[in-house]
Amino acid sequence: MAATVKYDEVEVGQEIPAVDYVVRRLNLVMYAGASGDFNQIHWNERFARMVGLPDVIAHGMYTMAQAGRFVTDWAGDPGAVVDFGVRFSSMVVVPDDDQGATIRVGGVVEEKLEDNRVVVGLTATSGDARVLSKARAVVRLA
Amino acid sequence: MALNRDFVGRSFPPSAPYEVSRVKIREFAAAIGDANPIYRDREAARAAGHPDVVAPPTFPIVFSLQSGGEALMDPGLGLNLAMVVHGEQRFEYVRPVHAGDELVTTATITDIRSAGRNELLTVRSDVTTVAGEPVCTTYNTIVERGGAA
Repeated sequence: MAATVKYDEVEVGQEIPAVDYVVRRLNLVMYAGASGDFNQIHWNERFARMVGLPDVIAHGMYTMAQAGRFVTDWAGDPGAVVDFGVRFSSMVVVPDDDQGATIRVGGVVEEKLEDNRVVVGLTATSGDARVLSKARAVVRLA
Repeated sequence: MALNRDFVGRSFPPSAPYEVSRVKIREFAAAIGDANPIYRDREAARAAGHPDVVAPPTFPIVFSLQSGGEALMDPGLGLNLAMVVHGEQRFEYVRPVHAGDELVTTATITDIRSAGRNELLTVRSDVTTVAGEPVCTTYNTIVERGGAA
């Protein structure tokens, strides 16, 4: 598929500049509807506290989707992603205010593979917390 | 309560075909805040070499959990859904999902293990077209907080 980044122009160790993604309660409500994940911990503060959480938390998949967006925006084509995996290492707590929470995603080219594929190691933080670990995408470049 | 290890290796019947629509892809892209035209505009997708608009990489979560989800409701497994959070997720692609695909998912519980006070359960979902062409495989690990305590 038509990635716009060229394999030959990418070097191991190359950093992809970090991007900040804002997540507000509205985003979680939209994500619940679009994904079909209506778990109340993602929109009901009363329920979240009842099950021992500090507040409403973002869907892990919402955070993963932001990391995915970071990769596809870099590569130029969503179809270029051939493998994408993460571990959810910490919760993204989303307060009920206008600021919401911020997820900062960064990446580095960790490895060059055959067939124009590269491994991109990803980091995602919210405040001081690393919200994704073992996050990596394999992308087929042009 | 510890999860029932007898469920490891259990496969569930293939899902009913899931029809991937342009409207659903657009809705999902809007929900994740992604304005990429390849998710919305057929011409932009075609210019990038795709037959129709493409789904974002995490889109298969919309349908891959449905067949496995029913399995997790089985009272014999002993899962307390109120205590579940997402542990790990992975998507392995043979090709991108695009509008017009009719996809069938077969879910298998591949692992149940304890980690500290928590129980971890992994479901692998094999996604093919109705014609049997492999499209992607997803791995979903959920955490039942306090389940092993």
